[in-house]
Amino acid sequence: MNLILFTFIVLLGFTSYYFGRKKAYTIQSTKKRLTALPQFYGYYLAIWCAIPAFIIFSLWAIFEPTIVKLLILSDYSNQGYLDDELNLLYEKSKALSRGQFTGEITPFIEASAEKYLSLRSIAQSSKVVIVLSAIIASVAYAYKRISSNSRTREPVEKFLNAVLFTASLAAILTTVGIVFSLIFQTIDFFKVIPLFDFVFGTHWYPAKAFVRDSSEALDPTMYSDTFGAVPIFAGTFFIAFIAMCVAIPIGLMSGIYLAEYASTKVRQYAKPLIEILAGIPTVVYGFFAALTVGPFLKELGTSMGLEVSAESALAAGGVMGIMIIPFISSLSDDVITSVPQSLRDGSYAIGATKSETIKRVIFPAALPGIVGSILLGVSRAIGETMIVVMASGLAANLTLNPLESTSTITAQIVVILIGDQAFGDPKTQAAFALGMSLFLVTLCLNIVALRVVKKYREKYE
Amino acid sequence: MNKNKEQLLNKRYKAEQRFRLYGLSAIFMALLFLTIFIFKIFSTGYSAFQKTWLIVPVTFDAELMMLDQNPSKEDLQDADYYDIALKSMADLDPNANEDQENELKRMVSYFFEKEIKNELLNDPNLIGKTKEVYLTASDDLDQVFKGNYPRDLPEDQRRVSDYQLKIFDQLVTNGKVESKFNISFFTNADSREAELAGIASSFMGSIFSILVCLMIAFPVAVLAAIYLEEFAPKNRFTDFIEVNINNLAAVPSIVFGLLGLGVLLAIFHLPRSTPLVGGITLSLMTLPTIIIAARASLKAVPPSIREAALAMGASRMQTTMHHTVPLSMPGTLSGTIIGLAQALGETAPLILIGMVAFVNTIPGSPMDPAASLPVQIYIWAESAERGFVEKVSACIMVLLGFLIIMNLFAQIIRHKFEKKWS
Repeated sequence: MNLILFTFIVLLGFTSYYFGRKKAYTIQSTKKRLTALPQFYGYYLAIWCAIPAFIIFSLWAIFEPTIVKLLILSDYSNQGYLDDELNLLYEKSKALSRGQFTGEITPFIEASAEKYLSLRSIAQSSKVVIVLSAIIASVAYAYKRISSNSRTREPVEKFLNAVLFTASLAAILTTVGIVFSLIFQTIDFFKVIPLFDFVFGTHWYPAKAFVRDSSEALDPTMYSDTFGAVPIFAGTFFIAFIAMCVAIPIGLMSGIYLAEYASTKVRQYAKPLIEILAGIPTVVYGFFAALTVGPFLKELGTSMGLEVSAESALAAGGVMGIMIIPFISSLSDDVITSVPQSLRDGSYAIGATKSETIKRVIFPAALPGIVGSILLGVSRAIGETMIVVMASGLAANLTLNPLESTSTITAQIVVILIGDQAFGDPKTQAAFALGMSLFLVTLCLNIVALRVVKKYREKYE
Repeated sequence: MNKNKEQLLNKRYKAEQRFRLYGLSAIFMALLFLTIFIFKIFSTGYSAFQKTWLIVPVTFDAELMMLDQNPSKEDLQDADYYDIALKSMADLDPNANEDQENELKRMVSYFFEKEIKNELLNDPNLIGKTKEVYLTASDDLDQVFKGNYPRDLPEDQRRVSDYQLKIFDQLVTNGKVESKFNISFFTNADSREAELAGIASSFMGSIFSILVCLMIAFPVAVLAAIYLEEFAPKNRFTDFIEVNINNLAAVPSIVFGLLGLGVLLAIFHLPRSTPLVGGITLSLMTLPTIIIAARASLKAVPPSIREAALAMGASRMQTTMHHTVPLSMPGTLSGTIIGLAQALGETAPLILIGMVAFVNTIPGSPMDPAASLPVQIYIWAESAERGFVEKVSACIMVLLGFLIIMNLFAQIIRHKFEKKWS
């Protein structure tokens, strides 16, 4: 229904474009000068068609459900129902009217389902009538108004400008959406679990917080010693540390080699090949780590008499490091190439070898940029999910032994939220609280890294 | 003194060579990882494209199927095939006792009844006759036949019994086991049985998600890029937008999953597990990537183009829409494709919005529950059955194939259509 209406409105828009342009041609044929190209008259009318349609559509989308609900529930008012019961009744009759209801059908619900259907159809038909009449009225008004000296280009361009501006707000809206989705659950979580216990507690067993009914949910003693995030944070940074131990030397050295030593031919092939590593989906790395690297390390460890967990932090961290190599190598390559040639020439002129020049002149000059690229790599490592979920343990051990298994923030979020979630359960809220801490940590890293890189670029540009 | 100098020089040259070697070996290591990686995936995955069939003689006994004389098409549809299916498996070994008959039945997939039915529906004249029918082998036998399954384990540690192996070997020597290209891997939806599981449902799920993502992210991102690059005044607010975009590009993907869960599912009540929600979540993630690419390619259009248009009397909007934007399109499009390729490989946010549900139907629209290719990889990788390991690798090969095609496409657009200024 909505789709048909929408198509119809789009057709109306095209028609008004046609009429606007036609009117412009008519004016032109009377030898009057137009103030804008004829198609602007068309666009002008089309916009007058689109704006009322958009306004009415969005008003309807916002208010229709609330009003229908109020009207249906007005039947039940003064009968001593609680709010929750009323909501349930409403949802039941809605489901029944769609034929998706599977519970016991009472006459009450049946009656409101029928009422719901009739209200919906009234709402639909009044929407059609109102939208169409509003469009026709506004287009007719605008059509009357355009004459030889009316301005059409300026309003059309202003409108376009407004559309462009709105689109650019999408980035801000996304950030707001992220904060919004995280913050309420996080606040609710900290109402039950004290912030202190979360940040400094050393036991993380969310499975213990299994809530059977809502009376238990608010009993704080039940959650003592279940949501201490220290093992999680420690595991996250530990795995990230292992990853960086692999990624920094290999990434940095290959970046230096590509920038300073490699011939154009080697560079031409090696650089895209290394960058393939960045394009491989993380779930593939996870599979590789879980199926190949984990068992391999375990066997290697056993042959040397060491006890290695099949889901060791080393396997997850190592594979994660491989994933991060291309980020560090291509960023540091860029950074090193943008160091001005004069610095190199100066160093060669006093007799330094190439490696001495790199170590003593270029590296210090490029250091801020390299630090920035490493920080971006760290932020990637902390936020990486699938490798850890598949290759590292899911139990949160507080350990610094790379051969044991640990868990990370991202892995815990997935473990908690996979399957069905009950909002309002502290376990679910804990996942959002972890998400919030992840967001804040990566946000700080990103801001610092981006600022450092930007400062560095400005210095040599 | 002179000797000392020479020694020092030698030392310095050696250090130079060592440093160079470090660099070379770093590159070598990175490429080695890549090779091991691809080799491992291909060597475990290529066998999934073959499927093992048992050729079993089936007697279409009208009595066992409870059919009358001259059955109609509907009768054939509703007939009972289980008994003849069971009988034809049991007939493989005439001396089998009841337990052994059960084991014989488990040598083929539970789909065998349907396969026999399809045979008869294709040729109704078969009633009363015997024909050799291709039946899908169970995944354990499939693995045995492909050599992926150790036969020398003690019997209680493997899923195939000695008896099944004996019968299977007889079939092999009689040439009644055949390996063919595995079409069902591409046409079947997911299944709990490895031998029947296919990627059709997750593939459609991926396609729908990517389409939704493209339809939302591309227009919004291009419009935003045009505003920021061509019209935005330089002030605090636009700086703030820029900081936001750069940050969003580096926010971990799982946070977008939380956004999808907390806003799209919990507040807007969009249907769970659907490519619609997945696509919207992915579009928020790809938005900054496309904006950054589009801005870069708008920036690359030389000012002379704009100046020429303005000098001819075009307004700023006309200059942008008629000249700058079309010239920047190749770069924008290739950036978009790269962003979509990233979105195609994304797993974590889709898991959070419930796209890991077991779906054994092929979705027909973005509003139907579905998985996606990377999520399918995750689901299969988590299952214990051996038959899924090669499926995972094969699914990875399909996914990597798509990513390579998309990236090549992006390269081609960039090189073929982008104008080189200067």
